[in-house]
Amino acid sequence: MIIFDQTALLLLILVPLFGAFLMAIMSKDRPKDIWYFAIFIAFITLVISTIVFFRYDYHAGGIQFANSFDWLDKPLKIELSLGIDGISAPLVLLNGIVLLGAVLISQTISHRPRDFFVLLFALGSGVFGVFVVRDLFFLFFFYELAVLPMYLLIGVWGSSTDFVTFIRTKEYGAMKLMLFLVAGSVLIWLGILALYVESGNVGEASFSLELLSEMARNGQFSPTFQNWVFPLFMIGFGVLAGLWPFHTWSPDGHVAAPTGVSMLHAGVLMKLGAYGIIVVGIVLLPEGATSWAPLLIILGTVNVIYGAMSAISQRDLKYIIGYSSVSHMGYVLMGIATLHPVGMAGGVLQMFSHGIMTALMFAMVGAIYERSHIRDIFVLNGLMKKMGVTSVFFAVAGLASLGLPGLSGFIAEFMVFVGAFSTYWPLAVIAVVGAAITAVYILRLLARTFFGDFDPEWDHLTDASPVEKAVGGVFVLILILVGVWPALLLDVINNGVAAVLPAL
Amino acid sequence: MTGLTDNIYLLTPEFALAGVALGIFMIDLFLPQHRKDVLPWLSILGLIGVLLISLKLLWGQQESLYGGLLSIDAYSLFFKIAFLGLGVLIILTSIDFVKKFLDHPGEFYGLLLFSILGMNLMAQSRELLTAYISLELLSFSLYVLVSYGLQNAKSNEASIKYIIIGAFSSAIMLYGISLIYSTLGVTHFASISMALTDLGETIPSLWAGVALIVVGFGFKLAVVPFHMWAPDTYEGAPFPITAYLAIGSKVAAVALLLRFVAEGILPAGDLWLEWQIIFAVLAAVTMLLGNLVALAQKNLKRLMAYSGIAHAGFILAGVAAMAPSSVMTANGILYYLIGYSVTSLLVFGPLISFFNSTGQDDISDLGGLADRNPFLAASIAIGLFSLAGLPIFAGFTMKFYLFTAVAQGGLLWLAGLAIFSSLISLYYYLNVIRVMYIEPIPSSFDYDISTESEGVSSMSTNLISRPSAPILIVIGITLIAVVWLGVYPAPLLEGIEVASEAILTGQ
Repeated sequence: MIIFDQTALLLLILVPLFGAFLMAIMSKDRPKDIWYFAIFIAFITLVISTIVFFRYDYHAGGIQFANSFDWLDKPLKIELSLGIDGISAPLVLLNGIVLLGAVLISQTISHRPRDFFVLLFALGSGVFGVFVVRDLFFLFFFYELAVLPMYLLIGVWGSSTDFVTFIRTKEYGAMKLMLFLVAGSVLIWLGILALYVESGNVGEASFSLELLSEMARNGQFSPTFQNWVFPLFMIGFGVLAGLWPFHTWSPDGHVAAPTGVSMLHAGVLMKLGAYGIIVVGIVLLPEGATSWAPLLIILGTVNVIYGAMSAISQRDLKYIIGYSSVSHMGYVLMGIATLHPVGMAGGVLQMFSHGIMTALMFAMVGAIYERSHIRDIFVLNGLMKKMGVTSVFFAVAGLASLGLPGLSGFIAEFMVFVGAFSTYWPLAVIAVVGAAITAVYILRLLARTFFGDFDPEWDHLTDASPVEKAVGGVFVLILILVGVWPALLLDVINNGVAAVLPAL
Repeated sequence: MTGLTDNIYLLTPEFALAGVALGIFMIDLFLPQHRKDVLPWLSILGLIGVLLISLKLLWGQQESLYGGLLSIDAYSLFFKIAFLGLGVLIILTSIDFVKKFLDHPGEFYGLLLFSILGMNLMAQSRELLTAYISLELLSFSLYVLVSYGLQNAKSNEASIKYIIIGAFSSAIMLYGISLIYSTLGVTHFASISMALTDLGETIPSLWAGVALIVVGFGFKLAVVPFHMWAPDTYEGAPFPITAYLAIGSKVAAVALLLRFVAEGILPAGDLWLEWQIIFAVLAAVTMLLGNLVALAQKNLKRLMAYSGIAHAGFILAGVAAMAPSSVMTANGILYYLIGYSVTSLLVFGPLISFFNSTGQDDISDLGGLADRNPFLAASIAIGLFSLAGLPIFAGFTMKFYLFTAVAQGGLLWLAGLAIFSSLISLYYYLNVIRVMYIEPIPSSFDYDISTESEGVSSMSTNLISRPSAPILIVIGITLIAVVWLGVYPAPLLEGIEVASEAILTGQ
């Protein structure tokens, strides 16, 4: 097991990347084989990430599975150092789950499936990379690697949306997403450079998260510096986390993306942003975080309300989920910005919970769209009759997202509210209202589209395929499992949050 | 003091290269038309031979020749390897193009070899007049090469523009050199730095001299506001020569500029602090304007021209951040040069192959390339992603390295601007990728090269013929290099470190 502990994280990065390379040189004439191979690769990563999660010893806490490799020597010293803490461990697991789910759901990709899976695994490798590296250079490297394939994934395999007066093309969604995310990474990059130069001024210039966080704990970064640099990370990573008002790429991008990519993107990729705010922003710049936290929590609250209100006014199923993602990422950001142990743990748990529920929603909507070729909730009616399993799964995800007790969303949102009440109670009140608005659009959707009167026009629809049912079923089980036994994740998360917060 | 020509054997690679070039000219005369295919391979063989001689003879050497006119050190060896390698790759990309579209292959390859000789000399000259003459050797070869496509009106326009601007900029540079000589009385880089230290202050004629030299470099490097020739020339030149202009002449100009700054100005200390702002401002304007104007381009060659201008801006930002004590910036620049070269070749190689089979060079012509020839499309896409600075390709790591060095050199604002303009560039690179992967195949094939219709008439299907073996070699090599430099640049950087130490501390 020692060998496993030392190599597991490296494998998490390399297995998808190597798998992508192997797929790239496979024959494109046998798409089924490529799909099987993709499942195989994704399954291996899921196994590794599951073992990693359960082998993470939360009693001991701290950075585990640590290992490092020399990469560049002086004058620009960079090491590939790996390790996970209590915050990244559940996220690694989340990525493993959603990646396999996305691969399975992508069974129906018929246009150039080989290229699709190559890019999908590049994306997956980038996401794993961000969660497991402990070095700013590589964190940024994998962050960009996760962004890179998005343009083609959406542009080539995505779908356009017709509105009454205009069309949102997939090219539009792809380009918007790409430019927003890279604009965010401009700020992150600038922040990393500033940190590097400043660490050279006060000690040894370094990209290592370990060294930098030690400097931060010793208070070597001046408050002025922290106050200038923290917003770079807050907004830069915030863009990917869907932070209002930089969230507009997210609904357009998610809607335009093919189902598997929407699942990964809304499910996992947006969490990279929130994760970055914690690991880079709050840990390295605690005083900056303290002074900017009020703004972040206000923006997070706006996210909750604005996202929910926007979701109410949409009539495209995918746009509703896209905006509900914006709204739910608001809870994550609020939780983080409370800088309160319970609130932040709630935020991290919400990352996991939202990752699963939104992936499930996108998967089910994908199944509906594939059969009906329409996503308009005023046209789709009473799907329950023909697509029973799909409807039930979607309903579970919807109930989780409105915070029904017993499902994972409840405990996460509840913890965020607790954290917010003890720090900025008026905002907590507003956020609770946001949860009520969520109930409005989710219940309306369920009542009309899924459980409403059956429209004979949809008589030809068939229920989800066995693969889709399997994916949906597992996701539903996870939602319930986390809902009734949150300690499974919370023990680990609390530990990670406790390690982050003393810096304040 | 030893005799001036004691170590002349160290120049064997240069003599050998000149010999190969002349040999190509001679052999060309005696070869019948149908045997001329052998010329490029002979040139490549010659280049590889010269490369082997250089490695054997110059490895670890640290000598000065002709009383300090030329320097044989790790820096010049580094660039010699780079230029000879580049020469091989450029010849490989040219073979089909020359066969299909150009006459007189002998002179084409011979001149190419002479220009490589000029670039080699540029990297090792440490005296202004020697540098000037080497630069002219490069420029004159390029004047002819640019105007090779005689049949084409655009090519003629391009070459006239290039010659006039080139001669003009050479004159400006020469005037700058004369001003420096008249002020300081020396032209050796090392003596200039000593004279500057003694002088201790900047007098107007010195300012003017350095400024004029910088302007001269600006023209050669296509730095805004001296860039106007580049897009037109790139567009009109034969395609492989466009690649050569975008890569070779830029890298050579930077090689010379870097040595001039490192050996001639940096040791003078305080004066550099005054002058680096010139470079910083030029860099800022160049990267912004290059990237912004590139947004509006419809022709691939012009797009690459403006993208090359923007990259020259990034490199210049590195020059502005040079500091006597740190090799990091020099490392960053050299790494960037290599990364930029292989990445650009990875874009140009497939584009030339595309041009060979279709005769088209507009962005919109690439429509549906992903379906017509997935391999070409993927190669171009990887090259463009790399130029845009995305991992796992060379572009990301080289930009990160260089911009970190710029920030470390005290120019955080310039690094920020560079990162921002890198974002702008993403848009137009993505646009090309969009055309290749998302746009349908263009319906009308109205190419305007009526004279060379041989290769074009076979376009009955939408498929683009697969790249020929030589171009395939180029794409293969650059593909591996782009990924390797992006993922594990440590071995290259070790070599670079030795090279940059040679100019920063070597005397």
